[in-house]
Amino acid sequence: MLNRQGRPSGVGETDASEHYTFTGNRALMIEEPLLFEIGRLERTGVDVDEPEPFTPRLGGLERAEPMGLPGLGEPETMRHYVRLSQKNFGIDSGLFPLGSCTMKHNPRLNEKVARMPGFGDIHPLQPVSTVPGALAVIDRLAHYLKELTGMPAVAMSPKAGAHGELCGMMAIKTAIAARGEAATRTVVLVPESAHGTNPATAALIGFTVEAIPVRADGTVDPASIKAMIGPHVAAIMLTNPNTCGLFEKDVVAIAQVVHEAGAYFYCDGANFNAIVGKVRPGDLGVDAMHINLHKTFSTPHGGGGPGAGPVVLSEALAPYAPLPFVQAGAAGLELVEELGDGKAFGRLTAFHGQMGMFTRALTYMLSHGADGMRQASEDAVLSANYIRVGLMDLMSLPFGDQPCMHEALFDDTWLKDTGVSTLDFAKAMIDEGYHPMTVYFPLVVHGAMLIEPTESESKASLDLFIMALRDLAFAAKRGDTARFAGAPFHAPRRRMDETRAARQPVLRWTPPVPLKEAAE
Amino acid sequence: MATIRFTKDHEYVSVDGDIATVGITDYAQSQLGDVVYVELPTAGKTLKQGDEAAVVESVKAASEVYAPVSGTVVEINAGLPDSPSDVNEDPLGKGWFLKLRLANPAELDALMDEAAYQAHIGA
Amino acid sequence: MRYLPLSDADRGAMLARIGVDHVDALFANVPADKLQKAPPDLPRMKGELEVERIMAGLAARNVSAGSVPFFVGAGAYKHHVPASVDHLIQRSEFLTSYTPYQPEIAQGTLQYLFEFQTQVALLTGMEVANASMYDGSTGTAEAVLMAHRITKRRKAVLSGGLHPHYRQVVETISGMAGDTVTSLPPDLKAAEDIIAAIDAETSCVVVQTPDVFGNLRDLTAIAAAAQKAGALLIAVFTEAVSLGLVKPPGAMGADIVVGEGQSIGNSLNYGGPYVGLFAARQKYVRQMPGRLCGETVDAEGKRGFVLTLSTREQHIRRDKATSNICTNSGLCVLAFTVHMTLLGETGLRRLASVNHAHAIKLADTLAAVPGVTVEQAAFFNEFTIRVPGDGAQVIEKLAARGILGGVPAARLWPDQGLDDLILVAATEVNTDEDRAAYAAALKDILAC
Repeated sequence: MLNRQGRPSGVGETDASEHYTFTGNRALMIEEPLLFEIGRLERTGVDVDEPEPFTPRLGGLERAEPMGLPGLGEPETMRHYVRLSQKNFGIDSGLFPLGSCTMKHNPRLNEKVARMPGFGDIHPLQPVSTVPGALAVIDRLAHYLKELTGMPAVAMSPKAGAHGELCGMMAIKTAIAARGEAATRTVVLVPESAHGTNPATAALIGFTVEAIPVRADGTVDPASIKAMIGPHVAAIMLTNPNTCGLFEKDVVAIAQVVHEAGAYFYCDGANFNAIVGKVRPGDLGVDAMHINLHKTFSTPHGGGGPGAGPVVLSEALAPYAPLPFVQAGAAGLELVEELGDGKAFGRLTAFHGQMGMFTRALTYMLSHGADGMRQASEDAVLSANYIRVGLMDLMSLPFGDQPCMHEALFDDTWLKDTGVSTLDFAKAMIDEGYHPMTVYFPLVVHGAMLIEPTESESKASLDLFIMALRDLAFAAKRGDTARFAGAPFHAPRRRMDETRAARQPVLRWTPPVPLKEAAE
Repeated sequence: MATIRFTKDHEYVSVDGDIATVGITDYAQSQLGDVVYVELPTAGKTLKQGDEAAVVESVKAASEVYAPVSGTVVEINAGLPDSPSDVNEDPLGKGWFLKLRLANPAELDALMDEAAYQAHIGA
Repeated sequence: MRYLPLSDADRGAMLARIGVDHVDALFANVPADKLQKAPPDLPRMKGELEVERIMAGLAARNVSAGSVPFFVGAGAYKHHVPASVDHLIQRSEFLTSYTPYQPEIAQGTLQYLFEFQTQVALLTGMEVANASMYDGSTGTAEAVLMAHRITKRRKAVLSGGLHPHYRQVVETISGMAGDTVTSLPPDLKAAEDIIAAIDAETSCVVVQTPDVFGNLRDLTAIAAAAQKAGALLIAVFTEAVSLGLVKPPGAMGADIVVGEGQSIGNSLNYGGPYVGLFAARQKYVRQMPGRLCGETVDAEGKRGFVLTLSTREQHIRRDKATSNICTNSGLCVLAFTVHMTLLGETGLRRLASVNHAHAIKLADTLAAVPGVTVEQAAFFNEFTIRVPGDGAQVIEKLAARGILGGVPAARLWPDQGLDDLILVAATEVNTDEDRAAYAAALKDILAC
């Protein structure tokens, strides 16, 4: 069935029946089998000479069983993975407005620098005297992070944001134990709007989590904290700017309440991109804050990782920073790997941290400079507000007409009785050439839509995005459900059956039963 | 003759003698969406009213199922983890979670009956 | 500024549209005395040429592994990575994409994750693997927590052959969570009796093979003893290439296998980013940390892939999650998958053989140096040598002569009486000249 524009207008009705292809391919969109369906066990794309015959010394522990791992030659490998890449949307494809993720441009100079042999080809355990430039990178990046946050110390080793949260909370737990209060301060306060990593981290190290309510304007009321705080509380974990895209206007009062009760203030720095060069968390009373280098400082998201999560620390927490760390010594920079007389709470990872992300982040910071980083924050906030204002007559704002920071939050009140859900709206954005915004987060807002454009978008790009979303919003409001139900229609795949994936998990390829066995 | 009562968290308890069958209501399963997994307690476990008795998972959420009354778990629906769709298709029948031997039948009096529960969700 | 597309005219037009005069009006919720009036006290913007020069200057101060005879291992290894790997991971659609939460436009990522999970399961001989952890050490700590959840016990026993950094990470996490760790002393000769340390409170036994000293360990008896006591065996490896030649942990009874995948597809990178491989028995899948990619169909019945069993994870389960982990190792996973595809079983077996052969040559060459003994009779591509005197000083003197000869045991175990030991690794990149240079320099140093 075709609508008046000649486009299919029902679920399951696609071009496939209209325009047949033998292969199932659609021009550049190739149906690519699994490696295991095209590779062969004897095939290899790496030329390695067999060693001259020798007697192994494996103590009888030689592998007897085959691996079952197929290989491909170089041409087929390139083709296989290039074809897979063509099914992905990236920042380089288009606007990627994923709130709280800061999908800004990944500069390619970062990639070039990270691959310089003096950075990429050095071993963490080669003599420190042979890698002074590596220590200098760590030290310089640490300096930048301290300067930007107004904090006196930074732990560089955490491998991701969540890992950084763990580091900060462990430092807090250690500081509390050092005061002899480990048995009494067992509770961590976390707003109900927080990212899931916050309560997960606190619970992981043995704290009990209590939820702080969020008030009608989306922020936390110091009075709410005061009502819950006491000598049983170890810390609060607050995101600022918060997960609703708003600056916590009472953050200084909150810090005071927390400190007066003898507790610590952990800040989730996921949204730091809004305030770099404009506000210093250290000035607000923060005791520890992790920084996502892959968000704020442009290291690539890489399809899910790797990240890096250094944690800036206050004077009170600095002594407890984990091993290893770089410090200035008599003869220059030194790498401290042993506890000695120190109070480090332990070690969070093998080796020294995500050097590959340090070089990239430092390259970005050197490129932008102080003035550029400040401008980037201003542009991020400006762009988010431009989008907010461009959509707010059509889409509902849960916390009223107030400026947002680097992300604009809408809820699904405006979709009531349209038959279109937040999810449907997001999926229709895919057809328009956009990655959906963050949906259904934060949990405190019904059907949340969190839009973060970042500073990397041109005005023309923002204008087109606003127009496209306005078109979708009008379509939803006039009941044009056909555009939404079953969207996306043009992506490499339609909506996936996630129920089936969870009820009957198939988490790896297994060889099909040979015909002979099947026949029996 | 079985009496059925409901909690505000959308558990039901169907009582026959001193054995109570516990599950989630039709309203709960419709809110949850496709159930993909259930985690059941072990038989013999003692539960107080309000204790976490089981967990029910959909693709995007995991919800605790709380014991509507106090008692000892005498039987669990062992086939349910392999057939989670039963919770969606027949929540008050084959989608049952567990059976408790009641410790304190008087607790039932404070729970909602059918009419009260319908009002609770109808609102 | 080259990364900021908005012009001043654009900004003016946008401010007008919003209805404010200055961008600081949008920072109205920031207390006035906390809003910085000027940029931070850091250098100003620089062009690419200048930035490149600064960073190249820092890089030039480091001795790269490829520029000298190189024998450093102990948890990270120098292997040759084919040029295609680095080329593919830099494709925009891989490099600049996000976690595949919108599967319709992330089938590229999801399919390679599915291939990766399969490769890891096959390599380790286990039933199921996840989409990676940050690295081997954090993966080991997560494996211990997983064992605690499964056995409902909270005591881990760690072999003395486990990499000290891995042990320290487990001890740190366990200490914070209030769990018990029994760490056996450094076990140079693989002589420890770990079975004797297993009791009714043990949740898991953690054994590395090949171990940090280079010993190969048969886990079969340990697996049986652990399971008899109701505990789990967690097998650890740091050199993924070893699985091309050595009996896999899955064939020796391991319940969970965790290791470092850096050797395949990933550079040394001064310690990170790396990629943690994590595999387990199918029956434990709901207790596994990390992301899992599963196969399904779309609305047209076409096969596709999607992240699944997400209710274990932090964004849903919050304080009841199996872990707090959010990122996986993304691009490092892709690098592993691509390199493993290029190798295939045949290539990996050959590569592993070359590594082992080079290690044997190196061991014999060094054993011929007066005063030096090789402490292992069986090993894969790493072993320990004992030298007369201070191993750390020997390593520094070798470095002064342009040879990176290994890791002094004192660096990993200070004050444990292991000062005359050096951990040495050999890979396919070493040549006869490298080995001869090492032996000659060592002989020279020891003769002084």
